[in-house]
Amino acid sequence: MALSIATRQLDGVTILDLSGRITLGEGSVQLRDAIRDLISKGEKHILLSLGDVNYIDSSGLGELVSAFTTAKNQNADVKLLNLTKKVKDVLQVTKLYTVFDIYDDEAHAIGSFK
Amino acid sequence: MTEPQKGRRSFKLPSTMESVAEVEAAAEKLAQEAGLDEDEGFRVVMAVREATVNAVLHGNGYDPNKQVSVSFENNGKSLVITVADQGEGLDPEKIPDPLAPENLLRGTGRGIFLIRSFLDEVHFRQLNPGTELTLVKHLTPAETKNASQDLDTK
Repeated sequence: MALSIATRQLDGVTILDLSGRITLGEGSVQLRDAIRDLISKGEKHILLSLGDVNYIDSSGLGELVSAFTTAKNQNADVKLLNLTKKVKDVLQVTKLYTVFDIYDDEAHAIGSFK
Repeated sequence: MTEPQKGRRSFKLPSTMESVAEVEAAAEKLAQEAGLDEDEGFRVVMAVREATVNAVLHGNGYDPNKQVSVSFENNGKSLVITVADQGEGLDPEKIPDPLAPENLLRGTGRGIFLIRSFLDEVHFRQLNPGTELTLVKHLTPAETKNASQDLDTK
């Protein structure tokens, strides 16, 4: 299943609800384009909701890292919400779990940007 | 794709992302038949996918004249998967550590690390030309029992 991305705004935060796979050829480029588009429009608070992402590979991890660093370079923040067990597993093994701000509760995540 | 032979399946595929999907599906089947639970199955499938992506992308560079050779075997004690490309070769000693602070925020370079993290043994062999990775996942006693029962019923 390819990646689908739905965008919504809540309290000044742009939330991307991601669903499917973030892998080479199936979602990495879509995610990259979506993040770059938001940052080019001046969005500073971006929350990636990953509750329906059932698979991520090393390419997808690379895109998450690139999103994080691209945002930082523009004084913006990319945070993660609702990791599935598989995505959490991969982020922990690669130590990226310590890099991102990660939340299990949407309201809490949104509040963290203020 | 060739037919299974005495518990070992092997096939040669073109250097495309469609091949990656085909190998991934075969790995899922292997993990399922071996009785791996969801988490362990995911780790095996992910490692096989990463190895195949490396072969297609970094090894063969999507070259239509080069193939990826893959084999799957459940010998009752372990799952043994080989993935070989026809590229210029890979020196595993030269792969940067993605956990090093200076590499942690790099956008690439985690594939081999994930393979090593998720499997019990990973061996590199230089071919002429190319590289072969052998991936080994040891089966637990319960999974070994499942494998034996599967063989008994066939």
